[in-house]
Amino acid sequence: MVEEENGGVDPRLQAIKAAIRVVPHFPKPGIMFNDITTLLLRPKVFKDAVEIFVDRYRDMNISAVAGVEARGFIFGTPLALALGAKFVPLRKPKKLPGEVISESYVLEYGTDSLEMHLGSVNRGERVIVIDDLVATGGTLCAAIKLLERVGADVIECACLIGLPKFKGGCWLHGKPVYVVVDCRQ
Amino acid sequence: MASEGGEDPRLPRIASTIRVIPDFPKPGIMFQDITTLLLDHEAFRHTIDMFVERYRDKRITVVAGIEARGFIFGPPIALAIGCKFVPMRKPKKLPGEVISEEYSLEYGTDIMEMHVGAVQPGDRALVIDDLIATGGTLAAAIRLLERVGAEVVECACVIELPELQGYQRLGGKPLFVLVKAA
Repeated sequence: MVEEENGGVDPRLQAIKAAIRVVPHFPKPGIMFNDITTLLLRPKVFKDAVEIFVDRYRDMNISAVAGVEARGFIFGTPLALALGAKFVPLRKPKKLPGEVISESYVLEYGTDSLEMHLGSVNRGERVIVIDDLVATGGTLCAAIKLLERVGADVIECACLIGLPKFKGGCWLHGKPVYVVVDCRQ
Repeated sequence: MASEGGEDPRLPRIASTIRVIPDFPKPGIMFQDITTLLLDHEAFRHTIDMFVERYRDKRITVVAGIEARGFIFGPPIALAIGCKFVPMRKPKKLPGEVISEEYSLEYGTDIMEMHVGAVQPGDRALVIDDLIATGGTLAAAIRLLERVGAEVVECACVIELPELQGYQRLGGKPLFVLVKAA
Protein backbone atom coordinates (compact mmCIF):
# COMPACT_ATOMS: atom_id res chain seq x y z
CA MET A 1 0.00 0.00 0.00
CA VAL A 2 1.38 3.34 -1.07
CA GLU A 3 0.88 5.01 2.33
CA GLU A 4 2.92 2.51 4.26
CA GLU A 5 5.65 2.18 1.67
CA ASN A 6 6.27 5.88 1.64
CA GLY A 7 6.52 6.07 5.44
CA GLY A 8 5.36 9.65 5.46
CA VAL A 9 2.25 10.74 3.67
CA ASP A 10 2.37 11.16 -0.09
CA PRO A 11 0.53 14.49 -0.45
CA ARG A 12 -1.36 13.18 -3.45
CA LEU A 13 -3.02 10.45 -1.39
CA GLN A 14 -5.12 12.71 0.80
CA ALA A 15 -6.64 14.37 -2.23
CA ILE A 16 -7.31 10.98 -3.84
CA LYS A 17 -9.04 9.67 -0.72
CA ALA A 18 -11.07 12.85 -0.32
CA ALA A 19 -12.18 12.73 -3.93
CA ILE A 20 -13.76 9.30 -3.57
CA ARG A 21 -17.43 9.44 -2.63
CA VAL A 22 -19.02 6.84 -0.39
CA VAL A 23 -22.55 5.92 -1.41
CA PRO A 24 -24.27 3.94 1.36
CA HIS A 25 -26.37 0.89 0.60
CA PHE A 26 -25.37 0.53 -3.05
CA PRO A 27 -25.93 -1.78 -4.81
CA LYS A 28 -27.70 -3.20 -1.78
CA PRO A 29 -28.20 -2.54 1.96
CA GLY A 30 -25.04 -2.77 4.01
CA ILE A 31 -22.59 -2.05 1.19
CA MET A 32 -20.72 1.26 1.41
CA PHE A 33 -19.91 1.79 -2.25
CA ASN A 34 -16.68 3.65 -3.02
CA ASP A 35 -17.51 5.81 -6.01
CA ILE A 36 -14.58 6.95 -8.17
CA THR A 37 -16.70 9.08 -10.50
CA THR A 38 -16.21 12.08 -8.21
CA LEU A 39 -12.44 11.67 -8.53
CA LEU A 40 -12.80 11.83 -12.31
CA LEU A 41 -14.33 15.29 -11.89
CA ARG A 42 -11.04 16.55 -10.41
CA PRO A 43 -8.52 16.58 -13.26
CA LYS A 44 -5.47 17.13 -11.04
CA VAL A 45 -6.47 14.29 -8.69
CA PHE A 46 -7.23 11.91 -11.57
CA LYS A 47 -3.87 12.78 -13.10
CA ASP A 48 -2.08 12.14 -9.80
CA ALA A 49 -3.79 8.77 -9.39
CA VAL A 50 -2.64 7.66 -12.83
CA GLU A 51 0.86 9.00 -12.16
CA ILE A 52 1.18 6.91 -9.01
CA PHE A 53 0.64 3.80 -11.14
CA VAL A 54 2.91 5.06 -13.92
CA ASP A 55 5.73 5.83 -11.48
CA ARG A 56 5.48 2.34 -10.04
CA TYR A 57 5.45 0.43 -13.33
CA ARG A 58 7.50 2.53 -15.74
CA ASP A 59 10.75 0.62 -15.15
CA MET A 60 9.20 -2.82 -14.88
CA ASN A 61 9.17 -3.57 -18.63
CA ILE A 62 5.43 -3.98 -18.76
CA SER A 63 4.19 -4.87 -22.23
CA ALA A 64 0.46 -5.05 -21.52
CA VAL A 65 -2.10 -3.51 -19.19
CA ALA A 66 -5.24 -5.61 -18.78
CA GLY A 67 -8.19 -3.54 -17.56
CA VAL A 68 -11.28 -5.07 -16.01
CA GLU A 69 -14.55 -3.78 -17.48
CA ALA A 70 -15.65 -1.10 -17.09
CA ARG A 71 -13.94 1.07 -14.46
CA GLY A 72 -10.63 -0.68 -15.08
CA PHE A 73 -10.73 0.86 -18.56
CA ILE A 74 -10.73 4.35 -17.08
CA PHE A 75 -7.44 3.92 -15.20
CA GLY A 76 -5.95 1.28 -17.44
CA THR A 77 -5.87 3.11 -20.76
CA PRO A 78 -3.95 6.17 -19.53
CA LEU A 79 -1.54 3.80 -17.77
CA ALA A 80 -1.01 1.71 -20.93
CA LEU A 81 -0.37 4.81 -23.01
CA ALA A 82 2.13 6.21 -20.49
CA LEU A 83 4.00 2.89 -20.33
CA GLY A 84 4.03 2.37 -24.09
CA ALA A 85 2.13 -0.87 -23.49
CA LYS A 86 -0.82 -2.59 -25.11
CA PHE A 87 -4.22 -2.22 -23.54
CA VAL A 88 -6.27 -5.40 -23.22
CA PRO A 89 -9.91 -5.13 -22.14
CA LEU A 90 -11.20 -7.96 -19.96
CA ARG A 91 -14.93 -8.05 -20.47
CA LYS A 92 -18.24 -9.49 -19.36
CA PRO A 93 -19.55 -12.31 -21.57
CA LYS A 94 -20.55 -11.71 -25.19
CA LYS A 95 -19.08 -8.21 -25.47
CA LEU A 96 -15.82 -9.09 -27.22
CA PRO A 97 -16.54 -9.86 -30.86
CA GLY A 98 -13.63 -12.14 -31.72
CA GLU A 99 -12.56 -15.50 -30.46
CA VAL A 100 -12.28 -15.42 -26.66
CA ILE A 101 -11.27 -17.45 -23.67
CA SER A 102 -13.50 -17.33 -20.64
CA GLU A 103 -12.97 -17.72 -16.89
CA SER A 104 -15.81 -18.07 -14.39
CA TYR A 105 -15.78 -16.68 -10.90
CA VAL A 106 -18.02 -16.89 -7.90
CA LEU A 107 -20.28 -14.07 -6.78
CA GLU A 108 -22.09 -13.85 -3.49
CA TYR A 109 -25.04 -15.42 -5.25
CA GLY A 110 -24.26 -17.24 -8.46
CA THR A 111 -21.36 -16.90 -10.86
CA ASP A 112 -20.15 -14.55 -13.57
CA SER A 113 -17.39 -14.76 -16.11
CA LEU A 114 -14.66 -12.64 -17.63
CA GLU A 115 -13.47 -12.92 -21.23
CA MET A 116 -10.31 -11.98 -23.12
CA HIS A 117 -9.60 -12.00 -26.84
CA LEU A 118 -7.34 -14.82 -27.97
CA GLY A 119 -4.15 -13.43 -29.43
CA SER A 120 -4.24 -10.19 -27.46
CA VAL A 121 -1.55 -11.28 -25.00
CA ASN A 122 1.37 -13.54 -25.89
CA ARG A 123 3.31 -16.12 -23.93
CA GLY A 124 5.89 -14.50 -21.69
CA GLU A 125 4.46 -10.98 -21.86
CA ARG A 126 4.70 -8.99 -18.63
CA VAL A 127 1.22 -7.78 -17.68
CA ILE A 128 -0.40 -5.56 -15.07
CA VAL A 129 -4.06 -6.19 -14.25
CA ILE A 130 -5.95 -3.05 -13.23
CA ASP A 131 -9.33 -2.29 -11.71
CA ASP A 132 -10.71 0.60 -9.66
CA LEU A 133 -11.34 -1.44 -6.54
CA VAL A 134 -10.58 -4.84 -5.03
CA ALA A 135 -13.14 -6.32 -2.63
CA THR A 136 -13.25 -10.10 -2.57
CA GLY A 137 -10.64 -10.41 -5.30
CA GLY A 138 -12.85 -12.74 -7.31
CA THR A 139 -12.71 -10.72 -10.50
CA LEU A 140 -8.96 -10.16 -10.23
CA CYS A 141 -8.38 -13.87 -9.71
CA ALA A 142 -10.35 -14.61 -12.85
CA ALA A 143 -8.27 -12.04 -14.69
CA ILE A 144 -5.01 -13.57 -13.48
CA LYS A 145 -6.16 -17.01 -14.55
CA LEU A 146 -7.11 -15.81 -18.04
CA LEU A 147 -3.69 -14.28 -18.53
CA GLU A 148 -1.85 -17.29 -17.14
CA ARG A 149 -3.78 -19.60 -19.42
CA VAL A 150 -2.14 -17.88 -22.39
CA GLY A 151 1.27 -18.02 -20.73
CA ALA A 152 1.53 -14.37 -19.72
CA ASP A 153 3.52 -13.26 -16.69
CA VAL A 154 1.21 -11.32 -14.39
CA ILE A 155 3.54 -8.97 -12.53
CA GLU A 156 0.97 -7.35 -10.25
CA CYS A 157 -2.67 -6.41 -9.82
CA ALA A 158 -3.15 -2.67 -9.42
CA CYS A 159 -6.18 -1.11 -7.77
CA LEU A 160 -6.90 2.43 -6.73
CA ILE A 161 -8.95 1.28 -3.73
CA GLY A 162 -8.79 -1.82 -1.56
CA LEU A 163 -10.83 -3.28 1.24
CA PRO A 164 -8.98 -3.34 4.58
CA LYS A 165 -7.74 -6.90 4.19
CA PHE A 166 -5.52 -5.68 1.33
CA LYS A 167 -3.78 -3.12 3.51
CA GLY A 168 -0.07 -3.68 3.67
CA GLY A 169 -0.05 -5.83 0.57
CA CYS A 170 -1.83 -9.02 -0.19
CA TRP A 171 -1.60 -11.87 -2.63
CA LEU A 172 -4.23 -13.21 -4.95
CA HIS A 173 -3.72 -16.48 -6.75
CA GLY A 174 0.01 -16.11 -6.10
CA LYS A 175 0.27 -12.57 -7.44
CA PRO A 176 0.88 -9.36 -5.47
CA VAL A 177 -1.87 -6.76 -5.21
CA TYR A 178 -0.95 -3.09 -5.07
CA VAL A 179 -3.55 -0.72 -3.63
CA VAL A 180 -3.22 3.06 -3.55
CA VAL A 181 -5.79 3.93 -0.86
CA ASP A 182 -7.97 2.14 1.66
CA CYS A 183 -11.65 1.73 1.08
CA ARG A 184 -13.58 4.55 2.74
CA GLN A 185 -16.15 3.36 5.20
CA MET B 1 -21.77 15.67 -42.65
CA ALA B 2 -18.98 14.29 -40.53
CA SER B 3 -15.57 15.80 -40.92
CA GLU B 4 -12.62 13.46 -41.04
CA GLY B 5 -9.01 13.75 -40.04
CA GLY B 6 -8.30 14.38 -43.74
CA GLU B 7 -4.92 13.42 -45.13
CA ASP B 8 -3.19 13.09 -41.78
CA PRO B 9 -0.38 10.54 -42.18
CA ARG B 10 -1.34 8.82 -38.96
CA LEU B 11 -4.72 7.74 -40.29
CA PRO B 12 -3.66 4.76 -42.43
CA ARG B 13 -1.98 3.18 -39.43
CA ILE B 14 -5.02 3.77 -37.25
CA ALA B 15 -7.42 2.43 -39.87
CA SER B 16 -5.29 -0.65 -40.55
CA THR B 17 -5.45 -1.75 -36.92
CA ILE B 18 -9.25 -1.92 -36.81
CA ARG B 19 -10.48 -5.48 -37.22
CA VAL B 20 -13.77 -6.33 -38.89
CA ILE B 21 -15.65 -9.29 -37.44
CA PRO B 22 -18.45 -10.52 -39.69
CA ASP B 23 -21.83 -11.49 -38.29
CA PHE B 24 -21.32 -10.07 -34.80
CA PRO B 25 -23.40 -9.63 -32.72
CA LYS B 26 -25.78 -11.10 -35.27
CA PRO B 27 -25.80 -12.22 -38.93
CA GLY B 28 -25.29 -9.42 -41.42
CA ILE B 29 -23.49 -7.05 -39.08
CA MET B 30 -19.82 -6.31 -39.89
CA PHE B 31 -18.53 -5.40 -36.43
CA GLN B 32 -15.76 -2.81 -36.26
CA ASP B 33 -13.45 -4.06 -33.52
CA ILE B 34 -11.14 -1.47 -31.95
CA THR B 35 -9.51 -3.91 -29.52
CA THR B 36 -6.84 -4.61 -32.11
CA LEU B 37 -6.12 -0.88 -32.33
CA LEU B 38 -5.46 -0.93 -28.57
CA LEU B 39 -2.81 -3.63 -29.06
CA ASP B 40 -0.81 -1.30 -31.29
CA HIS B 41 0.59 1.28 -28.93
CA GLU B 42 1.55 3.70 -31.66
CA ALA B 43 -1.87 3.54 -33.31
CA PHE B 44 -3.59 4.05 -29.95
CA ARG B 45 -1.27 6.96 -29.20
CA HIS B 46 -2.00 8.53 -32.61
CA THR B 47 -5.74 8.16 -32.08
CA ILE B 48 -5.65 9.99 -28.77
CA ASP B 49 -3.26 12.62 -30.12
CA MET B 50 -5.54 13.43 -33.04
CA PHE B 51 -8.49 14.05 -30.72
CA VAL B 52 -6.39 16.04 -28.24
CA GLU B 53 -4.97 18.22 -30.99
CA ARG B 54 -8.46 19.02 -32.22
CA TYR B 55 -9.96 19.83 -28.82
CA ARG B 56 -7.18 21.28 -26.69
CA ASP B 57 -7.94 24.86 -27.72
CA LYS B 58 -11.71 24.56 -27.75
CA ARG B 59 -12.20 25.30 -24.01
CA ILE B 60 -13.71 21.89 -23.36
CA THR B 61 -14.53 21.47 -19.67
CA VAL B 62 -15.95 17.96 -19.73
CA VAL B 63 -15.41 14.78 -21.76
CA ALA B 64 -18.48 12.52 -21.58
CA GLY B 65 -17.60 8.94 -22.47
CA ILE B 66 -20.26 6.41 -23.36
CA GLU B 67 -20.02 3.02 -21.65
CA ALA B 68 -17.98 1.02 -22.21
CA ARG B 69 -15.73 1.73 -25.19
CA GLY B 70 -16.07 5.46 -24.62
CA PHE B 71 -14.24 4.76 -21.35
CA ILE B 72 -11.24 3.65 -23.40
CA PHE B 73 -10.77 6.83 -25.43
CA GLY B 74 -12.40 9.43 -23.19
CA PRO B 75 -10.17 9.35 -20.08
CA PRO B 76 -6.84 9.78 -21.91
CA ILE B 77 -8.32 12.71 -23.83
CA ALA B 78 -9.72 14.29 -20.65
CA LEU B 79 -6.37 13.89 -18.88
CA ALA B 80 -4.44 15.42 -21.77
CA ILE B 81 -6.82 18.38 -22.02
CA GLY B 82 -7.05 18.76 -18.22
CA CYS B 83 -10.82 18.53 -17.94
CA LYS B 84 -13.43 16.40 -16.16
CA PHE B 85 -14.36 12.91 -17.33
CA VAL B 86 -17.98 11.88 -16.92
CA PRO B 87 -19.10 8.31 -17.60
CA MET B 88 -22.46 7.90 -19.36
CA ARG B 89 -23.72 4.51 -18.25
CA LYS B 90 -26.27 1.77 -18.67
CA PRO B 91 -28.96 1.68 -15.97
CA LYS B 92 -28.13 0.88 -12.35
CA LYS B 93 -24.37 1.14 -12.70
CA LEU B 94 -23.90 4.65 -11.33
CA PRO B 95 -24.29 4.59 -7.53
CA GLY B 96 -25.41 8.15 -6.84
CA GLU B 97 -28.42 10.16 -7.90
CA VAL B 98 -28.80 10.04 -11.68
CA ILE B 99 -30.79 11.49 -14.50
CA SER B 100 -31.93 9.09 -17.21
CA GLU B 101 -32.64 9.31 -20.89
CA GLU B 102 -34.41 6.66 -22.93
CA TYR B 103 -33.32 5.97 -26.48
CA SER B 104 -34.36 3.67 -29.31
CA LEU B 105 -32.66 0.49 -30.33
CA GLU B 106 -33.40 -1.47 -33.46
CA TYR B 107 -35.86 -3.45 -31.35
CA GLY B 108 -37.04 -1.79 -28.17
CA THR B 109 -35.37 0.87 -26.08
CA ASP B 110 -32.51 1.29 -23.64
CA ILE B 111 -31.64 3.86 -21.00
CA MET B 112 -28.54 5.98 -20.48
CA GLU B 113 -27.72 7.56 -17.12
CA MET B 114 -25.50 10.36 -15.86
CA HIS B 115 -24.74 11.40 -12.29
CA VAL B 116 -26.55 14.48 -11.03
CA GLY B 117 -24.02 17.21 -10.28
CA ALA B 118 -21.28 15.88 -12.53
CA VAL B 119 -21.96 18.42 -15.25
CA GLN B 120 -22.86 22.06 -14.58
CA PRO B 121 -24.74 24.67 -16.59
CA GLY B 122 -22.27 26.29 -18.93
CA ASP B 123 -19.94 23.29 -19.10
CA ARG B 124 -18.59 22.78 -22.63
CA ALA B 125 -18.85 19.10 -23.42
CA LEU B 126 -17.22 16.69 -25.82
CA VAL B 127 -19.09 13.39 -26.22
CA ILE B 128 -16.95 10.42 -27.13
CA ASP B 129 -17.57 6.85 -28.19
CA ASP B 130 -15.62 4.37 -30.29
CA LEU B 131 -18.16 4.30 -33.11
CA ILE B 132 -21.28 6.02 -34.42
CA ALA B 133 -23.84 3.80 -36.12
CA THR B 134 -27.43 5.10 -36.00
CA GLY B 135 -26.47 7.90 -33.64
CA GLY B 136 -29.08 6.91 -31.06
CA THR B 137 -26.64 6.55 -28.18
CA LEU B 138 -24.86 9.80 -28.94
CA ALA B 139 -28.21 11.56 -29.24
CA ALA B 140 -29.19 10.32 -25.77
CA ALA B 141 -25.90 11.60 -24.35
CA ILE B 142 -26.44 15.00 -25.97
CA ARG B 143 -29.93 15.21 -24.47
CA LEU B 144 -28.65 14.34 -20.98
CA LEU B 145 -25.93 16.98 -21.15
CA GLU B 146 -28.28 19.64 -22.50
CA ARG B 147 -30.85 18.87 -19.82
CA VAL B 148 -28.35 20.00 -17.18
CA GLY B 149 -27.45 23.12 -19.13
CA ALA B 150 -24.18 22.06 -20.72
CA GLU B 151 -23.24 23.03 -24.23
CA VAL B 152 -22.29 20.07 -26.40
CA VAL B 153 -19.43 21.34 -28.54
CA GLU B 154 -18.97 18.22 -30.65
CA CYS B 155 -19.33 14.43 -30.79
CA ALA B 156 -16.17 12.50 -31.53
CA CYS B 157 -15.81 8.89 -32.63
CA VAL B 158 -12.98 6.80 -33.97
CA ILE B 159 -15.23 5.18 -36.60
CA GLU B 160 -18.38 6.13 -38.47
CA LEU B 161 -20.70 3.84 -40.42
CA PRO B 162 -21.63 6.46 -43.03
CA GLU B 163 -24.50 4.60 -44.67
CA LEU B 164 -26.46 4.74 -41.41
CA GLN B 165 -26.24 8.55 -41.49
CA GLY B 166 -26.03 8.81 -37.71
CA TYR B 167 -24.81 12.39 -37.97
CA GLN B 168 -28.39 13.39 -38.81
CA ARG B 169 -29.62 12.35 -35.36
CA LEU B 170 -27.33 14.62 -33.40
CA GLY B 171 -29.68 17.58 -33.17
CA GLY B 172 -27.43 19.70 -35.32
CA LYS B 173 -24.35 19.03 -33.20
CA PRO B 174 -21.20 18.50 -35.24
CA LEU B 175 -19.55 15.11 -35.55
CA PHE B 176 -15.84 14.42 -35.91
CA VAL B 177 -14.56 10.97 -36.89
CA LEU B 178 -11.19 9.59 -37.83
CA VAL B 179 -12.21 6.64 -40.00
CA LYS B 180 -15.25 5.99 -42.16
CA ALA B 181 -15.97 2.28 -42.43
CA ALA B 182 -16.68 1.11 -45.95
